Amino acid sequence: MSRHNDTHRHEHWNIEGSGTVTVDAAELREPLVEGKVSVKDVTEQVSRVVEGTPTKAWYATISVTSAIAGWGILTILYTVFTGIGVWGNNQPVGWAWDITNFVFWIGIGHAGTLISAILFLFRQRWRTAINRAAEAMTIFAVICALIFPIIHTGRPWLAVYWLLPLPNQMQMWVNFRSPLLWDVFAVSTYFTVSLMFWFVGLVPDFATMRNRAKNKLAKIAFTFFSMGWTGANRHWHRYEKAYLILAGISTPLVLSVHTIVSFDFAVSVIPGWHTTIFPPYFVAGAIFSGFAMVLTLMILARKLLNLEQFITLKHIDNMNKILMATGLMVGYAYGIEFFIAWYSGNPYERFVFINRAFGPYAWAYWTMVSCNVFIPQLFWFKRIRRSLMITWVISIFVNIGMWFERFVIIATSLHRDFLPSSWGYFTPTWVDVSIFAGTIGLFLTLFLLFAKFIPVLAISEVKAILPGAQPRHGHH
Amino acid sequence: MQSAGMICLFTDPDAVLKAAAELRRAGYTRYDVHTPYPLHGLDDAMGIKRTILPWLALGGGVAGMGLALHLQWWTGAVDYPLVIGGKPLFAIPPSIPITFELTILLTAIVTVVGMFALNGLPRWFSRWQNDPHFLRSTDDGFVVTIEAEDPQYHPERTRELLHTLGGLDIRTVNHVEE
Repeated sequence: MSRHNDTHRHEHWNIEGSGTVTVDAAELREPLVEGKVSVKDVTEQVSRVVEGTPTKAWYATISVTSAIAGWGILTILYTVFTGIGVWGNNQPVGWAWDITNFVFWIGIGHAGTLISAILFLFRQRWRTAINRAAEAMTIFAVICALIFPIIHTGRPWLAVYWLLPLPNQMQMWVNFRSPLLWDVFAVSTYFTVSLMFWFVGLVPDFATMRNRAKNKLAKIAFTFFSMGWTGANRHWHRYEKAYLILAGISTPLVLSVHTIVSFDFAVSVIPGWHTTIFPPYFVAGAIFSGFAMVLTLMILARKLLNLEQFITLKHIDNMNKILMATGLMVGYAYGIEFFIAWYSGNPYERFVFINRAFGPYAWAYWTMVSCNVFIPQLFWFKRIRRSLMITWVISIFVNIGMWFERFVIIATSLHRDFLPSSWGYFTPTWVDVSIFAGTIGLFLTLFLLFAKFIPVLAISEVKAILPGAQPRHGHH
Repeated sequence: MQSAGMICLFTDPDAVLKAAAELRRAGYTRYDVHTPYPLHGLDDAMGIKRTILPWLALGGGVAGMGLALHLQWWTGAVDYPLVIGGKPLFAIPPSIPITFELTILLTAIVTVVGMFALNGLPRWFSRWQNDPHFLRSTDDGFVVTIEAEDPQYHPERTRELLHTLGGLDIRTVNHVEE
């Protein structure tokens, strides 16, 4: 059936001159790129952003975000020089705001790899419009995430000896049986592989920018980063193979990273953490939160950078479907945790969950459930999935909800210990809040720099999926 | 002065596919098609041999796995044996996460480094770099290049062949000062 549709569609293509293609109105599927777009238009549209001078709005936004990031850096310095006593975490809540933020940011990163790797393997061609930006978000989110565990060590300049198996004067090694160390390896591997994947995708686009560059500095920079790419087919051959391998190994990698993050909790014996559902639940939650962040930023970028032709309502619709699917998985996990707590017959386990929903942190729990489970149900309606405004608002709710999910897991499981005499209640200090705000500022600053200086769309990938871009007959 | 080779432009993906196949049939070996994005079927048309990259990647993965297992076993059970929580000094299950991660890490590094190395990159110089056709090959043109070192290369015959294949603006390219 689909093969028939394909041939049918090909008959309507009308190829003129330099690759400009008109698509017949009887197009059977909704096009991935709207309107008549030629291969040249893609180069022009995307390069214009990089080559033009930044707008006033860009300067205004980046000065605000970098000021927030700067404030975050100052508060980090204050923490380092004073000690982590300036944070709100204390017994019994030893992990609190900082680890919440760590897990939150790592989760945000997962959408990028899902889009670039998993959707690539499933041949979801709509991914090409958003993969570049989503991969950039992955890298920036992981940078934000890494800040927290490193400063939580208290003396970050020594952290390298605690985190990595480096020979040292004590002749001791790191504890390879600790989930925290697994996390070090998982997150640093994730960062390295994501960065390489992103860079490999960028090389042909840097070559495009190099060949267009008028400005001397731009020419030197793009020449350097393009690695001397010539677009030769003998190179494309190996390039495509490398891309496929990277997608193939990034797929289990992205599933492993949040699995291992969840081990930080699940391998312990704390009621509320010691749960077998954690790995899949964390992975689904990570993708859920990551897609929400991609929507939040891409809906803005689409508007500000005039990318309406490339990021169509079909893309928004597809992303909302993934958002709803992963949101339902997360909702299911919330439910099954309660069931297992009851079914286990363990009084401590039962207490933690009842306390979570009806104890002092009930406000946080119900914020989480509302944002993550109730509100996304609106996406059952196609009209809402295709409304940019509503989608954007819901994506913000999901971002908030997913931050609260991590907070709820961490703080509510710890604050009422086995001994009622040691019960407590965690409240963040101004330093906690400032550092988190600082990472948001840093994330947005990095994203703005990316959107200005690096092609925000994968130029070569978008070109390859334009109608008429590929030979009609293939090789026989 | 001897020229560095011949270059010409195609704008139709089907035509360039056919041209690539014909050049191969005519016995050319040192030619290439520069495209702004990978063209389906061009590898077959040019008769490009499958790259050994996947095998290199596999080697990287095996090395990463071996390294990770050796590292965890040697540090924990040989160099500084330390009983933690009464658990064995070395066991497979708790070693899986790090073994998995290092397998992926080394596979990825070997894949990326190997891809660039096999392609002879980075190399910030190309004999075609100043030709307007070449500049168009990263935009919207399909550019066929034939190096003068090709045994089949002949200033007139090659030009004629490219002409019959539908190549536009066929011209010779001189060596660039390096």
